Amino acid sequence: MKKTFTCIICPKGCEIETETGGEAPVITGYSCVRGKRYAEAEVTNPVRTLTTTVRLRSGLMLPVRTAAPVPKSMLFRCMEAVKAIELPEGPVKAGDVVAEDLCGTGVKLVACADGQ
Amino acid sequence: MKSFDPEKNEYCYDAVVVGGGPAGMSAALELYDNGIKDVLIIERDVKLGGILNQCIHPGFGIEMFKEELTGPEFSGRIEAKVREYGIECALRSMVLSVDPDLTVTATSPDRGVYTVRTGAVILAMGCRERPRGALNTPGTRPAGIFTAGAAQRYVNVYGYLPGREVVILGSGDIGLIMARRMTLEGAHVKAVCEIMSYSGGLARNIEQCLNDFNIPLLLSHTVVETHGKDRLTGVTIAEVETVPGKGRVPVKGTEQYIPCDTLLLSVGLIPENELTRKCGIPLSRVTKGPEVDQHRETEVPGIYACGNVLHVHDLADFAAEEARIAGKAAAKRVKELRASGQWPCDSDCAEAEAEDLGNAQGRFTAKLHTDGKVRYVVPQRISAKEDVKVYFRVSDVFNDPTLVVRCPAIEYPDGSGEPLLLFRKRYAKLIPGTMQSVTLTREMLDRVPDSYTIEFGLV
Repeated sequence: MKKTFTCIICPKGCEIETETGGEAPVITGYSCVRGKRYAEAEVTNPVRTLTTTVRLRSGLMLPVRTAAPVPKSMLFRCMEAVKAIELPEGPVKAGDVVAEDLCGTGVKLVACADGQ
Repeated sequence: MKSFDPEKNEYCYDAVVVGGGPAGMSAALELYDNGIKDVLIIERDVKLGGILNQCIHPGFGIEMFKEELTGPEFSGRIEAKVREYGIECALRSMVLSVDPDLTVTATSPDRGVYTVRTGAVILAMGCRERPRGALNTPGTRPAGIFTAGAAQRYVNVYGYLPGREVVILGSGDIGLIMARRMTLEGAHVKAVCEIMSYSGGLARNIEQCLNDFNIPLLLSHTVVETHGKDRLTGVTIAEVETVPGKGRVPVKGTEQYIPCDTLLLSVGLIPENELTRKCGIPLSRVTKGPEVDQHRETEVPGIYACGNVLHVHDLADFAAEEARIAGKAAAKRVKELRASGQWPCDSDCAEAEAEDLGNAQGRFTAKLHTDGKVRYVVPQRISAKEDVKVYFRVSDVFNDPTLVVRCPAIEYPDGSGEPLLLFRKRYAKLIPGTMQSVTLTREMLDRVPDSYTIEFGLV
């Protein structure tokens, strides 16, 4: 099956074509190795980095991200899991791990900024 | 050089940066790196970072740090450097005016109304969203209509979801990013309408923000009416077509009613230049930012501009990169003032020395013009023969265009004259959403007579 999509790895936005059905997917149109890897994942197991927020004890929001991309199909379940997170007392530093294993993905959720 | 006169509530710094976003912070770092250490960053928010504090999505830093960061991480890295250097920041501090004699007046809860005398001012106030009032959409004026950036702040900073059933007008990057963000937070984004026949957003954002969530992108569509008394109850959208002489107008019979409680507007960004205008600095009608030379110096000597206050950039990385140009030039200026004994100065000499410096640089000038297909260039003038990187943006989608940089007919004393071609480059495709750059070399500029115009055009 042929599929054309825009690479999301960097703002350049290459048009990548993939053809699946044979033994390995045939990928054309990428201009870097990261783009090729992205296209391979896109036709086998598409993944996305999730960025969202967790409420700080001060009432403001702390920006957080997954340390690695998670399966696209898991995004909404991950959002539910993030909503349930309660931060401990005391300050949070950028880079702190907020959740060790988000929603069974094995991926850490980390803080993107300092917060109270 | 730093000093404080408590009687006048007046400070003295080598340089003042107005705005503590990525451009402002980067300009301050460049000043420091070039030996100008008494710098004051004035920021009106409670923390540094500017708009990046609410841009929690990834996509920042690929150019600058060679890795993909979120907005807060990107600004956090620059801020860490500002802290490490010990550069002073006045937070919750709002600049009221910048005067041509390089006096900055600001107000804050801690300092009251205060003035700062300085050797150079760098304007880095960023931009604002085009508001709802600028659209003149017919219909009622209920609650529930937000700019995309305002909604972004509600969601990402304060943790409020501004609505459940959402239509987005405009497919700029903020609109696309908010389509995804609202969807992840449980809202239902029904459509993104774009009046143009193409999206102004990055291709990757259409892919990962709309296609990933099956959100329809309706090109050549706009909102023609808003409905609802207290809260928005729906919008009427329609297809648009281009009618010669009238521009884009809705097509009768294509109207559709979409029930919704929220309309987000992502209809363009405008550099925020109230201070610049008040200072008497000429602004470009196209970029809505000040006109600058290759060092990002405005028409008023000693006042520089960089980042989105100058022209709207595609990436924060590019805004920060441009700030380095302004910071470097401002540092050179302050050092020259010091060397000539004019800085730190008594109250009245700033204007006089500013003129001197202007004259010293005035040996060569060239104005940069565009043909309309090239919508704008930055800088708009060149004040010295050196390699100059010129950024440009086109006004429409062009397939297989050739950029031509030339001087219109130069007339020689014998009456002959012909256009002087400086540079040609063929592109596969140029689109308004992607800023381009070319370098005019010193050798090219050597062929341009003083006070001539260099024209950027597409054929």
